Amino acid sequence: MSGYFNEMYDGKSVRSPYARLSDWMASMPADRRLEKQAEAEALFRRIGITFAVYGEGGDPDRLIPFDMFPRVFTGSEWAKLERGIKQRARALNAFLVDVYGRAEIVRAGRIPANLVFQNEAYERAVCGFVPPKGVYSHIVGVDIVRTGPTDFHVLEDNCRTPSGVSYMLESREMMMRMFPELFRENRIEPVDRYPEVLRRTLASVAPAKCDREPTVVILTPGHFNSAYYEHSFLADLMGVELVEGADLFVEGGFVWMRTTEGPKRVDVIYRRIDDAFIDPLCFRPDSMLGVPGLMDVYRSGGVTICSAPGAGVADDKAIYTYVPEMVRFYLGEEPIIPNVQTWKCAEADDLGHVLANLKDLVVKEVHGSGGYGMLVGPKSTKAQIEEFRELIKADPSNYIAQPTLALSTTPTFVEEGIAPRHVDLRPYCLVGERVELVPGGLTRVALREGSLVVNSSQGGGVKDTWVLAE
Amino acid sequence: MLLSIDHVTTYRYDSPARGVVQSHRLTPSRFEGQRVLGWEVTVSGGVEGGSFRDGAGDWVQGWSVKGPVEEIEVRVKGQIETSDTAGILKGHREMVAPEAYLRDTPATEADEALRLLAESARHDEPLSFAHALAFAVAGAIAYKPGVTDAHTTAAEALAAGEGVCQDHAHALIACARDVGFPARYVSGYLFADADGAPHEAAHAWAELYVPGYGWIGFDPANRCCPDERYVRLGSGLDAREAAPIRGTARGAGAEHLEVAVSVQPRDSVKSTASPSVASQSQAQ
Repeated sequence: MSGYFNEMYDGKSVRSPYARLSDWMASMPADRRLEKQAEAEALFRRIGITFAVYGEGGDPDRLIPFDMFPRVFTGSEWAKLERGIKQRARALNAFLVDVYGRAEIVRAGRIPANLVFQNEAYERAVCGFVPPKGVYSHIVGVDIVRTGPTDFHVLEDNCRTPSGVSYMLESREMMMRMFPELFRENRIEPVDRYPEVLRRTLASVAPAKCDREPTVVILTPGHFNSAYYEHSFLADLMGVELVEGADLFVEGGFVWMRTTEGPKRVDVIYRRIDDAFIDPLCFRPDSMLGVPGLMDVYRSGGVTICSAPGAGVADDKAIYTYVPEMVRFYLGEEPIIPNVQTWKCAEADDLGHVLANLKDLVVKEVHGSGGYGMLVGPKSTKAQIEEFRELIKADPSNYIAQPTLALSTTPTFVEEGIAPRHVDLRPYCLVGERVELVPGGLTRVALREGSLVVNSSQGGGVKDTWVLAE
Repeated sequence: MLLSIDHVTTYRYDSPARGVVQSHRLTPSRFEGQRVLGWEVTVSGGVEGGSFRDGAGDWVQGWSVKGPVEEIEVRVKGQIETSDTAGILKGHREMVAPEAYLRDTPATEADEALRLLAESARHDEPLSFAHALAFAVAGAIAYKPGVTDAHTTAAEALAAGEGVCQDHAHALIACARDVGFPARYVSGYLFADADGAPHEAAHAWAELYVPGYGWIGFDPANRCCPDERYVRLGSGLDAREAAPIRGTARGAGAEHLEVAVSVQPRDSVKSTASPSVASQSQAQ
């Protein structure tokens, strides 16, 4: 594992945020560790937190592995991350308002028109519409990787409905229950106010026509959806209704929820359904999940939809390369957290470089997600690389490539004891009247030795993420 | 030209619907070629929903009808003054970038035959090219009702060699986008005069974005550009997106649709301008 930054160590000495964990680790006998690991698994099973893995066969309700060794940031490390993430969330929202308005950034030649207007996620149906408070993406999940003591990079943005925040909350809950002493010995910033901040954020973007305390609901595709647990979990913690499309209807320019006491007006919908399915009159006519007429109510200012339809154009992997440009263009600032260097196969020079260096690069599909449809050059066989070469040549614009990043590692419990494993970080930035970030996030860990793919669909697990109070 | 429109769409459900929701693009566009003198849309038993002008410049109006309901009548009555702008959409306010109309939909995807047809019309000068595309489509697809249906794609219509205005528009859009013209589907009304072609009064054509001119209408079905006989309502990437009425009926049995459209010169008592009636039924 040499060549990778291990977040716990600085040479042979333990870095300060991990000082107490070092003692904790040393003092834990193997049998106690196994006992605790079994306890954690039993707890997760009991509460039913699972994550379906698409396309892999097997048990769709497989438990996502939980690693008990926390990942720790100092207060000052976090302060910089927080500034960088908030900056990014502001720039992405400014971009969305712009490209559905006058598209100044395109007129100024800072981003190619075709990447925006011919993007599958660009929704003509919302052109000319500015959502309440000018926010399109209310929950921005920014995936961050670390490569050194002070080196952080943004790997990708998630502007639609990033999932996984329930793991952030549950992991913390679990750790506090199993190791209360750790929370006495370390001053750890709490994350449990996330649901309340989310509720406040959603309420703050109620439409102008709402003249009372806004009614917020979560719209789920239903219990067969892989993230259904998270939908019901958040609804519970926020104290709002969890609804399906059939529970809502439109009338008289508003959206109503069927309740036992009669229809109740809904002001803000936190939807966990893709754009294509939210309204069969506007998008896919065969959708049974959405609410017919919802977009007409939305466009006429009768309800707010979070994230706003059309937000996906900002988190496309081809658009990603232009986010630093957005930060400069809209905010007049330099990006605090840089992007990962990215080659666009759509461009001839880049394509040449990529094809010549496939064995060293990570190649991703522009619209892919979940760790599918990607090539990790150094970890692939010759045959796999050649197969990918043909795919890229057949449709270059569908691919981007990045250097294989030396993702940082943190100590992780494995069968043989404790070993370094690669991690990334997804914090959840909330954007409403204010831009807020709960100190923490979802740390994903690649449990397979040497693996750089942290996606839960590819054998990744989760860890509790600590931010220490200064 | 002063035109009077009377457009009635009747929906009948085999078993009563528990509720109906519709989204209408039934109000004429605002541009130099047309001025509304009076316009009213009514829905039997309907409650008006949200309304707004969308980014493409269309006026969108939502409606809902409480169930149980067995029949719904949507009626458009209006008077409009039109003028010939040589097909150019002058003074039309819209927010959508023309490049957004380069995207394909299943109905307007170009196959090899459409690509060849587009190439056969190639001219260096964009406006001549656009005209040539419209004529090429008109020549390749003969007007014949009953051969195609609402779900026929541009490629299928060209293969059949016959179709109606929807097929002409889809084929022209597919060809135009293939050679780089942003293109869109337009729905509206047409006054087919005494010696005019036997096209339906509820009509559709295509608009191409031509550098130096902006959006220009082309009607391959009638081998012309829209003039004062045309009333423009709304647009979209294809027929489904530009549909004047989109709707769903909850819990209804089979739906039967009847459309009657009359477009007549105002104050005219010409008997030749009889309403054209189309009837179709569809299972849902």
